[in-house]
Amino acid sequence: MPTVSMTVNGKSVSGEVPANTLLVEFLRETLGLTGTHVGCDTSQCGACVVHVDGKAAKSCTRLAVQCEGAEVATIEGLANGADLHPMQEAFRENHGLQCGFCTPGMIMAAVDIANRHGGKVDEETIRHELDGNICRCTGYHNIVTAIAAGAAAMGK
Amino acid sequence: MYEFDYHRASSVADALSALGKAEDGTVISGGQTLLPTMKQRLASPSDLIDIGSLDELSGISADGNGVTIGAATTHATVAGSGDVNKAIPALAALAGGIGDPHVRNLGTIGGSIANNDPAADYPAACLALGATITTNNRSISADDFFTGLFDTALENDEIVTGVTFPRADKAAYMKFANPASRYALVGVFVAKTGEGVRVAVTGAGEDGVFRVEEMESALAGDFSSAAIAGISVSSDGLNNDIHASPDYRAHLIGVMARRAVDAANG
Ligand SMILES: Cc1cc2nc3c(=O)[nH]c(=O)nc-3n(C[C@H](O)[C@H](O)[C@H](O)COP(=O)(O)OP(=O)(O)OC[C@H]3O[C@@H](n4cnc5c(N)ncnc54)[C@H](O)[C@@H]3O)c2cc1C
Ligand code: FES
Ligand code: FES
Repeated sequence: MPTVSMTVNGKSVSGEVPANTLLVEFLRETLGLTGTHVGCDTSQCGACVVHVDGKAAKSCTRLAVQCEGAEVATIEGLANGADLHPMQEAFRENHGLQCGFCTPGMIMAAVDIANRHGGKVDEETIRHELDGNICRCTGYHNIVTAIAAGAAAMGK
Repeated sequence: MYEFDYHRASSVADALSALGKAEDGTVISGGQTLLPTMKQRLASPSDLIDIGSLDELSGISADGNGVTIGAATTHATVAGSGDVNKAIPALAALAGGIGDPHVRNLGTIGGSIANNDPAADYPAACLALGATITTNNRSISADDFFTGLFDTALENDEIVTGVTFPRADKAAYMKFANPASRYALVGVFVAKTGEGVRVAVTGAGEDGVFRVEEMESALAGDFSSAAIAGISVSSDGLNNDIHASPDYRAHLIGVMARRAVDAANG
């Protein structure tokens, strides 16, 4: 079995996994980081979004072995102890979630949007950037509001 | 997903040798098409040879004639490239409209054209601009490269290394995206280059991307949307599925082509 080593949320990790192990399986099953969700497994919903080397990626559409040496960030790595990340805080404040299933992927996508577009990102851009993230509960309105607020807070 | 052996290639030569040794090996680039296909067990290669992180396949270079894009260059890199935005802004815009941001961060141009999905965007750009596809052992014109549904002129164990696009005087791509998948229900790329005017259609044809010669001749004389307003495309050979009928697609080709010409004229 191949051995794979990478950095996850700043910590070096490694494990022996079959080559057909998806990154999301490695995160959830090998590392026990179950914050990253699998909503569809057909690469469409974005519940599994994490950052690989600083870029948003669907962890259900990436093999763990492809991430050899990579820096991976998941939802578990965002908060600073008991202090929520500004984007998490914005989702809480603006009711950007209902059941919460899509939320880890939404927040990782949202942080990526803020990183690329800055604190003044407009509603149309946010909606367009959410093409790869599906929410079955909220109707998106509060998610979009939360991302705008979170991006502004991150810019401060 | 079935089991397979994974190899990270250290060079194109290394990838070719690994392909040669494998029982039923295949290369993986961004994996945004291959992994979903393997998860559905529609593909079960014995070996995956990863060329996605090869420096020699990645990157963009430009000169007075046009741009060359390495096969493993991601859609996000093409969309954000200053060189591509300067030489052929329509190509950068096309790359920025593929799928969603997460797919664009991993999916690559080489994987897209090698796959030749009948609804993919890049094949339309290649055909309309008259691109040249380079592989490990030859150059193939876009006219000869796309041979049918999910079919290309590539031999087994042949690797695309890059695509060269000539600079365009005018070009635009208009995509009527399927609202769920973001793939093209109909996409039309119109380009005016030193070689003349070309109109290429993706998403609509049963055999994949194709050119509309009647529109090309009309636009060669008068590059305006009025010049093609009277041309209706036949629905013979167009896709019929739950998303759209052949007649609807034929109609959309006219609409998208006129919008593309207007956009190309700025
Ligand atoms: C949710 C979603 C939405 C999408 N929406 C769109 C869209 O709107 N428009 C669009 O055009 N595409 C879309 N795609 C497809 C996406 O663009 C893929 O990235 C692309 O089609 C394949 O590129 P890849 O690098 O991921 O290839 P891979 O998945 O790695 O490979 C695909 C095939 O090409 C072969 N291959 C790869 N590289 C080479 C090479 N250099 N030489 C020879 N063979 C090679 C592989 O063996 C495999 O058979 C979407 C995908 C997803 C998951
Ligand atoms: S679980 Fe990865 S996109 Fe849905
Ligand atoms: S909050 Fe339930 S899926 Fe988004």
